[in-house]
Amino acid sequence: MSLTLTLTPNIDNADDFYADLLAVHEGLSKAESDALNARLILILANQIGDREVLVAALKAAKESTHQPG
Amino acid sequence: MNKIFEIPLYPYARSADQDAAKPVRRKVVVVGAGPIGLAAAIDLAQQGIEAIVVDDNDKVSFGSRAICFAKRPLEILDRLGCGHPMVDKGVVWDTGKVFFDDRKVYEFNLLPETGHEFPAFINLQQYYFEEYLVNRARELEAEGAPIEIRGGNKVLKVTDKGDHTEILIDTPEGQYTLEADWLIACDGAASPIRAMMGLDFVGRVFEDNFLIADVIMEADFPTERWFWFDPPFNKGQSALLHKQPDGVWRIDLQLGWDIDKEEEKKPENVIPRLKAMLGEDVKFDLEWVSIYTFQCRRMEQFRHNRVIFAGDAAHQVSPFGARGANSGLQDTDNLIWKLKLVMEGLAPESLLDSYDVERIHGADENILNSSRSTDFITPKSETSRLFRDAVLDLSEHYEFARPLVNSGRLSVPCTYDRSALNTPDALPGGPARTRPGSPCPDAPLDEGFLLHRLGNDFTLLTINTDVPAELEESGIKVGSLSLYSEALDPALAERYLGEAETAVYLIRPDQHVAARWEKFDETATRAAIRRAIGKE
Repeated sequence: MSLTLTLTPNIDNADDFYADLLAVHEGLSKAESDALNARLILILANQIGDREVLVAALKAAKESTHQPG
Repeated sequence: MNKIFEIPLYPYARSADQDAAKPVRRKVVVVGAGPIGLAAAIDLAQQGIEAIVVDDNDKVSFGSRAICFAKRPLEILDRLGCGHPMVDKGVVWDTGKVFFDDRKVYEFNLLPETGHEFPAFINLQQYYFEEYLVNRARELEAEGAPIEIRGGNKVLKVTDKGDHTEILIDTPEGQYTLEADWLIACDGAASPIRAMMGLDFVGRVFEDNFLIADVIMEADFPTERWFWFDPPFNKGQSALLHKQPDGVWRIDLQLGWDIDKEEEKKPENVIPRLKAMLGEDVKFDLEWVSIYTFQCRRMEQFRHNRVIFAGDAAHQVSPFGARGANSGLQDTDNLIWKLKLVMEGLAPESLLDSYDVERIHGADENILNSSRSTDFITPKSETSRLFRDAVLDLSEHYEFARPLVNSGRLSVPCTYDRSALNTPDALPGGPARTRPGSPCPDAPLDEGFLLHRLGNDFTLLTINTDVPAELEESGIKVGSLSLYSEALDPALAERYLGEAETAVYLIRPDQHVAARWEKFDETATRAAIRRAIGKE
């Protein structure tokens, strides 16, 4: 059975993770932060590995933008 | 000293056809004496079919141009009788280094699989490649094979006459008309034949210029492929260094879009660029300088009644991955046996439509791969550059990112998975790499290699089981090759048996698998042969 994308809470100590995410960007310029985010996405994508989950994640990210109006 | 590309190898000579009272009818006329046209003509002539090659030039390729030739084309050339001179002259390489900015981020070894007669790749100047093909054509001619190369013959007009094509040709002594049962157009990316016929050639244009400089230098760079992303000596762009025979080095520098080509080509502008790259003290001579742009595109169909397009005339890719000349040789490999059967009346003309299906599949695969390489090498948006640089930064530290680095996915032959000529796989546990539609992988035998024993005709290859020595179906004689895996190198069992104990393969004349079973079944074999020649 292939894996599915998890869209329910799954992060241990979510607040701590969020604080870590902000902390790692502290003191970086916009360009440095953008580069870090790109590296992070690639590292996380490799951790997931499964192509179907990755495709679902890309779709979920694209579709969850706020539609004004 | 004269370079081979400065010597007319097939100078214009008057043909008796020019003095004929009415146009002479020829079996096959090949337009273009480049790598693909020559390979097509040799393949035909070797099998006794008349091939007249016409070319408006009389020399081999000016400058090195295509320099990287892959295993599969070398195997095809070996079937054509000239694979070994190429390998003997060529430079074999398998290490690549990737640089980003001022540092080496990693290196790789192609780790070529053992048990193959031919290396994964060789580097060889296109002029040598063409010279060896011309030599082979001359050798066949001397043996009485029906092949002729007519230099200084420029095609002015082609007219579809239904069952043949009329060709108007210009020569230094005036015009003449030839008729051809079949015309194979191998006249390159700018194909005048395609233009004369008003045919489409659409695709994607890449807005970038690249400078090629071939330099002769006594340098102690190793025999490796070096690729730079955003190096200090060519900021924001890419660069490639690759070794060719005779101390010639290929240097390829991305220049960007808004440049003055004529200015950039001048030695006074090229030399400082090269010095910045190679170092001030390295002594070198320029052999050839060229600026190229590229597109990824193909014709909608390659066959137009009795005119069939092959090579760059039919499809064009970016140079990253060496998929141009390499795929063109696979075109004619695919085409010639089909054309032969049709000309002999053994197969329906519709067999030629499978050339379109199979080679368009190949072209699309090559276009996809080379477009992706181009997008990685020359990112066209801020975000794509951001991810590209992230991949390169990560690749220096973590192995996982290295497969994402794309400086060219080097040419491998495609598998004709959906071809109507295939019979569904009937070998349970058989390796995926030899499923129907696959090019046969080589394997060592007691003497020599497997691929020497396959090709030109249909063959039944059996492993650990028997078949009749010869079988005839629909006028096609099918020979056999029976092997016993225990006595042979394990590569054979690995590549052709997998989990199976026995196997029977029906191999096409182009060394692709048409069908496979566990045991010989005469009815199934006959049906598979008919299917493979377009009769089912």
